Amino acid sequence: MAEKSNGNRKLCIITSKGSLDMAYIPLILANSARMTGIDVELFFTFWGLDVITKKKMGGLNVATVGNPSMHPWFHIPTLMGVIPGMSAAASWMMRREIGKLDFPPVPEFVQLIIDSGANVYGCKMSMDMMKLTKDDLVDEAEVLGAMEFMELSEGAQLLLV
Amino acid sequence: MTNPILEKVEFDDDGFMIDPNAWTAEIGEAIAVREDLPLTDRHWVVINFARQEFEANDEAPTLRRITKTTDVDTKELYKLFPGGPAKKAAMVAGLGKPTGCI
Repeated sequence: MAEKSNGNRKLCIITSKGSLDMAYIPLILANSARMTGIDVELFFTFWGLDVITKKKMGGLNVATVGNPSMHPWFHIPTLMGVIPGMSAAASWMMRREIGKLDFPPVPEFVQLIIDSGANVYGCKMSMDMMKLTKDDLVDEAEVLGAMEFMELSEGAQLLLV
Repeated sequence: MTNPILEKVEFDDDGFMIDPNAWTAEIGEAIAVREDLPLTDRHWVVINFARQEFEANDEAPTLRRITKTTDVDTKELYKLFPGGPAKKAAMVAGLGKPTGCI
């Protein structure tokens, strides 16, 4: 369990999305917070669990269907987006662009944030639903129920992604 | 009590030096004392690298660049500069407040 608050500013981020683009939002914010000395608790729920699931975190994808904002990487009309390989191609391009900005790939980024002292939690209920156990998550992650998360986030600034 | 070395140096409201080019190692030491951060050789690995990078590129290095290029890893960097390595390392190295995202 996380240590009690030290009186520092604290940021809690709930991540509920597991697509490549949505994964970077909590990771970048958590990292920025740690870099400037803000305490961070990261709670991963529903599809967000993919971001800290060992087998999935390295292969997150961008959705090409139902995503009206593909530009400027790759403007793909929804009808074209259903063609096999489209999502993989768009994801590959996005990974390349993110790499150019010197942002690490998701697994390395998660490790970086853990090394920086942020705490990482998987949502128990979502894990039960997806048949995941603690062993499926990155080693430092802990499993937490929503009520425990309420205790943990007391007084913190909360963000839902 | 202000260190006489720091009296001649201009700082912004957050304690960052306004002119990075006016920095000397002595000033760095004095800022660290002001910040209650006793410096070790390992701190200097980070500070010297940040200065080198700044002099070469006119820009402070990102933390990721520091950990990728020097032998100081992320965990150590955070231990060396509690209270946020991006802020504290830049402050002691006389560089402006970092604005990057990584």
